[in-house]
Amino acid sequence: MEENKETILSVKNLKVSFSTPDGTVEAVKGIDLDVKAGETIAVVGESGSGKSQTMMGIMGLLAANGAVEGSARYRGQELVGLPLDSLNKVRGARITMIFQEPMTSLDPLYTIGRQIAEPIVHHRGGSFKEARVRVLELLELVGIPEPGRRIDSYPHELSGGQRQRVMIAMALANDPDILIADEPTTALDVTIQAQILDLLNSLQARFGMAVVLITHDLGIVRHFASRVVVMRRGEVVETGTTADIFERPQADYTRMLLAAEPSGHKPAPADNAPIILEGRNVAVDYATGGGLFGRSAGTFRAVDGVSIRLRQGQTIGIVGESGSGKSTLGRALLRLVPSSGRYNFETTDISDFGRAAMRPLRRELQLVFQDPYGSLSPRQTVGEIITEGLYVHEPQLSRAARDKRAIEALREVGLDPAARNRYPHEFSGGQRQRIAIARAIILKPKVVILDEPTSALDRSVQGQVIDLLRDLQNKNGLSYIFISHDLSVIKAMSDYVVVMKDGKIVEEGETEAIFEAPRETYTQALMSAAFTA
Amino acid sequence: MISFVLRRLASAVPTLFIVVTISFFLMRFAPGGPFNLERPLPPQTMANLMRTYHLDQPLWSQYLTYIGNAVTGDFGPSYIYKDNTVFELIGKGLPYSLQLGGYALLLALVGGVLAGTIAALRQNSAFDFLIMSVSTVGVTVPNFVVGPVLTLIFAISLAWLPAGSWGDGSLRFLILPMIALALPQLAVFARLTRGSMIEAMHTDHIRTARAYGLPSRVVVVTHAMRAAMLPVVSYLAPAAAALLTGSAVIETIFTIPGVGRYFVLGAINRDYTLVMGTVVLIAIFVIVFNLLVDILYGLLDPRVRHD
Repeated sequence: MEENKETILSVKNLKVSFSTPDGTVEAVKGIDLDVKAGETIAVVGESGSGKSQTMMGIMGLLAANGAVEGSARYRGQELVGLPLDSLNKVRGARITMIFQEPMTSLDPLYTIGRQIAEPIVHHRGGSFKEARVRVLELLELVGIPEPGRRIDSYPHELSGGQRQRVMIAMALANDPDILIADEPTTALDVTIQAQILDLLNSLQARFGMAVVLITHDLGIVRHFASRVVVMRRGEVVETGTTADIFERPQADYTRMLLAAEPSGHKPAPADNAPIILEGRNVAVDYATGGGLFGRSAGTFRAVDGVSIRLRQGQTIGIVGESGSGKSTLGRALLRLVPSSGRYNFETTDISDFGRAAMRPLRRELQLVFQDPYGSLSPRQTVGEIITEGLYVHEPQLSRAARDKRAIEALREVGLDPAARNRYPHEFSGGQRQRIAIARAIILKPKVVILDEPTSALDRSVQGQVIDLLRDLQNKNGLSYIFISHDLSVIKAMSDYVVVMKDGKIVEEGETEAIFEAPRETYTQALMSAAFTA
Repeated sequence: MISFVLRRLASAVPTLFIVVTISFFLMRFAPGGPFNLERPLPPQTMANLMRTYHLDQPLWSQYLTYIGNAVTGDFGPSYIYKDNTVFELIGKGLPYSLQLGGYALLLALVGGVLAGTIAALRQNSAFDFLIMSVSTVGVTVPNFVVGPVLTLIFAISLAWLPAGSWGDGSLRFLILPMIALALPQLAVFARLTRGSMIEAMHTDHIRTARAYGLPSRVVVVTHAMRAAMLPVVSYLAPAAAALLTGSAVIETIFTIPGVGRYFVLGAINRDYTLVMGTVVLIAIFVIVFNLLVDILYGLLDPRVRHD
């Protein structure tokens, strides 16, 4: 029945290019795409596939150095090259967008009520006061509690999920024909993701607009879209109905994407494996706010009496949504934040160790961060970055010996040793994460805490990093604490799982037990949100 | 809000005290004194003068006396401008400096923000390069060069405007000193505005505004400029304090009877009390304007709330 519907957006041979100091970069290389009335079409691809830039090009939202060519006809009207005045009659009224970053997509200086009202006032006329009734209706529609009070809130007073609801309200304000959702749930926790997708689904059923869903996440696509367009490096690799793409993928790349969900499982260490790191009754308090004369507004308990015991060769996965305290727990175990509780490393009680006492132990206890862009100094070469720890922990090493260790470490993480003379910006996200891992393992640590090490990476790259971490663990007998919000990664990596919420452990146990038969309702909700979306 | 203002004012007291203390002792440790003239005074006259002004007392006692008097608003007599208290001198000069500085501040703010905004919106255009070159000149060329050059062109060659003096206080007399005074600050405002405007135009919420078909005027003025004004507002406090308390150079070049001269003349002549008076004046301006700017900032940015 999809075939009978009218095509409302017809994209033909669309090209997007950016002029850079190194020449012209073609981000989209002449793609064709049709959107039919009321359908949901998913554009799927990894970073750099041009999926977002295609839509930005059509909507006239490219960066200043971007240029768009080809044709995009909306109900017969050519959008490419349309004068701004005419384009402004289409965007925000007939075609609307929501973006990946609910935190920054709203203007922090205006109330949400005013921002939702703006497109209404500009496209339909009338005053902001008159638009207020419609705004209240919209807030109600997208499930913002107490709309009458919330309408005068500023974006920073709302959670990420609520902000995305506000964006959706804005998108619906003028009853659009097409809603473009650019990675609408990527920045949100999994339970919130599911809610936002449900909301989009029900609103679409009610108002009948077409939805173009841009995403890297095939999991979302399966239950949400009727047709799928797979993009790679600016080209369409494959187009088909969702069933066809999932059951009978034609292109190798599509098959690779489908298989890229991390797999495998980790056997538990032997029962007599020694305990290497232990924390008992770990509690971390943060002061919230502080006045001019040191008045402290209060404290916030980020981790609340958590006990954890890591054995040699074990990988403990810590799962939780943002604000659950999982990252803070990791830092507390490494004694990097002030905390209370008892801590043991191997057989030493390190509960009362200060900075100086901890320093010799630091080489045994390493940390790898989520953001491979922010955690590497842009002004140091890769060689300098990864050997820095050696200066502290093995100062006796000669220059040549340090260089040899750098080469070894880079080989171990699967990078060309020549990389040590280059700078981080010359590497992709996955390569940078390998550099960060090399920096940790060059010291030959016993425990590595991995804080969302794969969350900023594309699925296909994630798989490679997970394989690398597994290899390193087997070869060097490492023990990991693996912190992630991503259940499929946790499942593949760890033999023991701890589920955290609001600073406390909700449930813990062997990976299989937790995934096959979660006991707590929160764990069940987390699972169903992650694996059925 | 009221408690915020009160707390800030309370914290101004120790600040002022420290400023007064440091400048008091710095002044006294500088060689020479108010009555060391080129032709030395007879010893008896000198001794009499020192006694009259209590300069023969131990330093700590002079300091305590000064603080004690200052608290009651008595900043002492000027040593050089005899028959005048420091309070009277500043009271006479301040209205001139305030008026000239007020105009200059307005010119610098409005001109700088406009130029910076246009430069940002036409980034890398000829206009952008022109504005940025002029503002580099504004920052780098000192006002004792700008002042005479302006006078030479507009007062002497073209004879459009008077060369100096307050005259009848009409705008004609103020235009040249106002421009010379405002130029460096205008340049700073232009650069700040340009930078923060370029940044603001690249934010996600500006993309949202454009994606929703808002007219360019609304995108730029309502959304981008308000965000871009935040760093500009922060700079407003030091700029206002500097302009409103007068400039020794400009007031000397254009013979304007403001308070800016007193700071330099007082320092050169070791007119201890006069220097102290101008230091307190400048400190009060800096404190008050910082407070005003913080309040303004809170009104502009809902994420900053003072309570």
